[in-house]
Amino acid sequence: MNQRNPTISKGIDWSLVWIYLLLVAIGLTAIFAVTYKEGDPILQSFLKFKTDYSKQFFFFCIGSVLALFILLTDSKFFSATANLGYAVGIFALLLVFPFHSDIKGTKSIIKLGAFNFQPAEFCKIFVALALAKYLSRPDTDFTRTKSQFMATAIALFPAAVTILQSETGLALVYFSFFIVMFREGLPSIILLIGFAVAALMVASIVIEPNILAAILMAIAGIFIYIFRRQIRRRRNILYSILFLLIVCVGIQRFAVPYTFQHILQNHQVERIYDLFGKDNPYEEKAAGESREDTKKKKESGSSYNVRQSKIAIGSGGVFGKGLLKATQTRYDFVPEQRTDFIFCTVGEGFGFTGSMVLLGLYLLLLFRIVTVAERQRSTFSRCYAYGVAAVFFFHIAINVAMTVGLAPVIGIPLPFVSYGGTSLLTFTIMLFILIKLDADRQMVLR
Amino acid sequence: MSVFNQSRSRVIRLIFLVTFLVIIGQLFYLQIFSRKYRMEAEDNAILRKTVYPPRGLVFDRDNKAILNNTLTYDLMVTPSQAKGIDTAFFCRLMEIDTAEYHKRIVTAIIKNKSFRPSIFEASLSPQKYARLLENMWRFQNGFFIQERPIRSYPYNAGANIFGYIGEVDSNYLKKHSEEGYQSGDYAGMTGLESSYEKALMGERGVQVLIKDQLNRIQGSYENGALDKEAVAGSNLYTSLDIDLQQFGEMLMQNKVGSIVAIDPKTGGIISMVSSPTYNPGLLTGSERRKHFSELYTDPRLPLLNRAVNASYAPGSTFKTLQALVGLAEGVINTQTNFSCGGAFYGCGGGKPMGCLDPGTYHLSTGITHSCNTYFANVMMRVINNPKYPNVDSSLRNWNKYMAAFGLGHRLGVDVPTEQKGMIPTPEFFNKQYGAGHWGFCTFRSVSIGQGEVTATPIQVANEMAYIANKGWYYIPHVVDSIGGGDKFGLLDKYKQRVVPIELADSIFEAVHDGMQGVMETGTGRGSKVEGITICGKTGTVENYYRGVKQPNHSFFAAFAPRDNPKIAIMCVVENSGRFGGTYAAPIVTLMIEKYLNDTISAKRKALVERMSNTNLIPKMMLDKMRVKDSIARAKAEEAGLRGELKNIKDTLQSDDNPSESEVKDVKKKDNKPGKDTPNPRPVQTDMIAPDKQKNPAPADRDTARRQEN
Repeated sequence: MNQRNPTISKGIDWSLVWIYLLLVAIGLTAIFAVTYKEGDPILQSFLKFKTDYSKQFFFFCIGSVLALFILLTDSKFFSATANLGYAVGIFALLLVFPFHSDIKGTKSIIKLGAFNFQPAEFCKIFVALALAKYLSRPDTDFTRTKSQFMATAIALFPAAVTILQSETGLALVYFSFFIVMFREGLPSIILLIGFAVAALMVASIVIEPNILAAILMAIAGIFIYIFRRQIRRRRNILYSILFLLIVCVGIQRFAVPYTFQHILQNHQVERIYDLFGKDNPYEEKAAGESREDTKKKKESGSSYNVRQSKIAIGSGGVFGKGLLKATQTRYDFVPEQRTDFIFCTVGEGFGFTGSMVLLGLYLLLLFRIVTVAERQRSTFSRCYAYGVAAVFFFHIAINVAMTVGLAPVIGIPLPFVSYGGTSLLTFTIMLFILIKLDADRQMVLR
Repeated sequence: MSVFNQSRSRVIRLIFLVTFLVIIGQLFYLQIFSRKYRMEAEDNAILRKTVYPPRGLVFDRDNKAILNNTLTYDLMVTPSQAKGIDTAFFCRLMEIDTAEYHKRIVTAIIKNKSFRPSIFEASLSPQKYARLLENMWRFQNGFFIQERPIRSYPYNAGANIFGYIGEVDSNYLKKHSEEGYQSGDYAGMTGLESSYEKALMGERGVQVLIKDQLNRIQGSYENGALDKEAVAGSNLYTSLDIDLQQFGEMLMQNKVGSIVAIDPKTGGIISMVSSPTYNPGLLTGSERRKHFSELYTDPRLPLLNRAVNASYAPGSTFKTLQALVGLAEGVINTQTNFSCGGAFYGCGGGKPMGCLDPGTYHLSTGITHSCNTYFANVMMRVINNPKYPNVDSSLRNWNKYMAAFGLGHRLGVDVPTEQKGMIPTPEFFNKQYGAGHWGFCTFRSVSIGQGEVTATPIQVANEMAYIANKGWYYIPHVVDSIGGGDKFGLLDKYKQRVVPIELADSIFEAVHDGMQGVMETGTGRGSKVEGITICGKTGTVENYYRGVKQPNHSFFAAFAPRDNPKIAIMCVVENSGRFGGTYAAPIVTLMIEKYLNDTISAKRKALVERMSNTNLIPKMMLDKMRVKDSIARAKAEEAGLRGELKNIKDTLQSDDNPSESEVKDVKKKDNKPGKDTPNPRPVQTDMIAPDKQKNPAPADRDTARRQEN
């Protein structure tokens, strides 16, 4: 147990490393395809780190060095410093408020020299570690509500701070930690209630309020009919059904409009309504613009992004147009091409086949992480692995779904592929901590 | 605990898998199932730009370019990039004020968005162009100069031959749907531009370009593999003599009418004057629309090509043809005599046709002295010829000759809008009078080219070519050959000699004798040219407008030289009020002299002066022009007053619009220039330009009108 590994490579799960390298390579290619213009001196601009792809490569190099450091670190270090890390992360998040620089309407970025630094991205690592640490504590009994509440608080506190920085997308990521808690024994009923509320919210967007209320009442009526025998014996069932009905109608009638009007920002509400192909009913009330203005705004707004993104992906066909022949992505039709909408480049340049390969790699990665998680002996390692899987899954699913028009436009990057130093480093560090923990799984037993 | 929940790892994997499957399903729909997105992508990013080749040029018989292309320069602006320039300096260069500058920028943005280039000023004047070119580096981002080819007319002549090009309308597009025109294109609308459109337009090229999200061109698509080169339009080589054309237009200035000169050996049109004409350059460039409407509403109809699109009673020039028919039918011979005792009484009483020179004539002297009685008798014999059972069949026989001479149907000239003219047929008279209720005497005036017969100038000129050639002609045409070959078979019909009926040469000789006599001793003797044997025939045509007799048209048709005819020519001067010999004959002989000798002999220089300075615009047209001018002036005045009123309002910073009564008030005030009426707004009216305030003095008004004309 005290025996040191003679080499750092021992016990490393190479499949994860290979998948990682492949994804980074795909990302670099895609960024190259977007930013390269005919006649650019490739080598020269690469060496000068002037272009986006060379910058991304530079970050990959930094990431590799960091990965090496992580692999050289004692795996106990991560569990030992988890709480401290969490505190540092939260502190960094709070630091943003006085020191943020205004870039693209977000308040979440600190400028450090030439690089922009986004604490909300990094914080995910600390939250994953801290949550794992909390769940693996010997005196945590996760069947108790209090522990469940604590775990939720650990996961969602940074989300609350992030929302205050107008980064709703990054904040939503923290909700993915429910997957970890689910694995560790969070009652299914909570997830079910979560899904039910989500479904109700979607329904209240899609369906007319009055009709939806009628439908809910009809459902309640059916349940009362089904349980009429039991109700005769126990009145409480009737009361709970009626109570549920009131809660549902309340959510539908008051909670959803309230959220849209007061909690979410206008553009976010608009994106959500765009997704369902509906006009934003709160927009006109708020701004008092004419219908035409709203329409015009939409043309240039998020629905334009999604439309262009769908056109780009759709025009790829089965095999794509080829790397540098993709007209939509190469000529800036899709905004945020290198970052959030990078999947379009793959979809247009390499078609359905290319998209399948990329998604296949991601699915392989996720399944592999779950497998790795399940083979851990320590609860800490397992929880952390699930945390990584959950964060990756959320990013991948929401990002791709957003580009194909299945999810509202939330500005979150595609792991390892999107352009952006912070996100690439964050995901690299997360993955390699996992690899390190996994490599030492025989040693660490807690 | 962990063992307890292990099954949940499967649930989590299932969630992952299902989510991915949903995404894959959507990808499948977008990329494989739906074609919509692929097409939208094309629309988004690919621009098919039509490359317009230069239109073909037109050359005259000496290979001088008479219709050319030149470049005009437009100043273009991209408003979004035009910020931060030295506006004041720019405005000084462009001779505008800053308000105008801002107005134009705003117009450009409204028309074409701020990131796309729009025209700031079209067709820059040479001075502005030079000034701008020197200073362009100062405005490089927002402004650039774009060249645009337009038609130019180096000799400023032949407007009605060339026609003009104009933007195609929906009707045109419908008619030419197979030829790849799109709205916004220009195509030949009249004249050669129209009849040789196929050859002149060339082949359009296509450039497939890639554009970005702001429609900015990024380069060619697939390295231009799908591009198609434009092929320049073919040049037209014509038989026109541009000097003669200019000369003819000069002679015909301030007259209404036409000259058509044909090379009888080839059918090539040497010149085709339609007067009044216009400066062809007016219908190119930025002011095209304005000029067009001015020309279009001009009562003198300058856009009408009278050479092919006006038909006149041919008058006495028609007699030469009657002589041919009479001889061919054998009802007379060259020695047949008819006497004229002052009028033709062959039809008994009623209104006899007068005869100017009483006496006895045989065929050639009859032509020489243009004896009405002689030709009435000839035609009477043709129509009442016992060879034919009735007047119906004899008239039909006569029609056959007329058709052979190129009358009563379109010749097929390559200048569009040709008229048929009119030759009366038995059907026509049957309809008019009822079958059996007409005879020669009903239409006896046809024999001398009056009444129910009309012909276009080109038909009359073609007649002369026919007579000069002794029995054949080529269909008159302007274009001899097309550069690079006649790919569309446009010239085929002009390559065939037309020999409609066989007539003996001796028949023509007699007519030639008579026509030569016209120039020597007859009605055209005043216009004799030393050293050239001209055969000619005068015509003086009575005409009516809505039943009111108008001054006579002066006609003259001729060919020369007699033995080796090189030119067949006719001239008509409308409503000149005199005989054919008075105006038309001098003009024709001057044209012949100019064409055959290249110069006008010193003796006749004065005649050139006199002819070109004579103003014979009919009174009717002058009246109409006066009416039109006064309406236009009234309108201009009112518009001017409104402008002034607006200035007053602006200086007062008042919001209400000028009302009708206020306009009238100002007008009333201005109509009394001499009297110093007390002005309610003395300060403000001082700000009106003083020269605008008063009506122009009568003398000024005349100059103004002349300029307008």
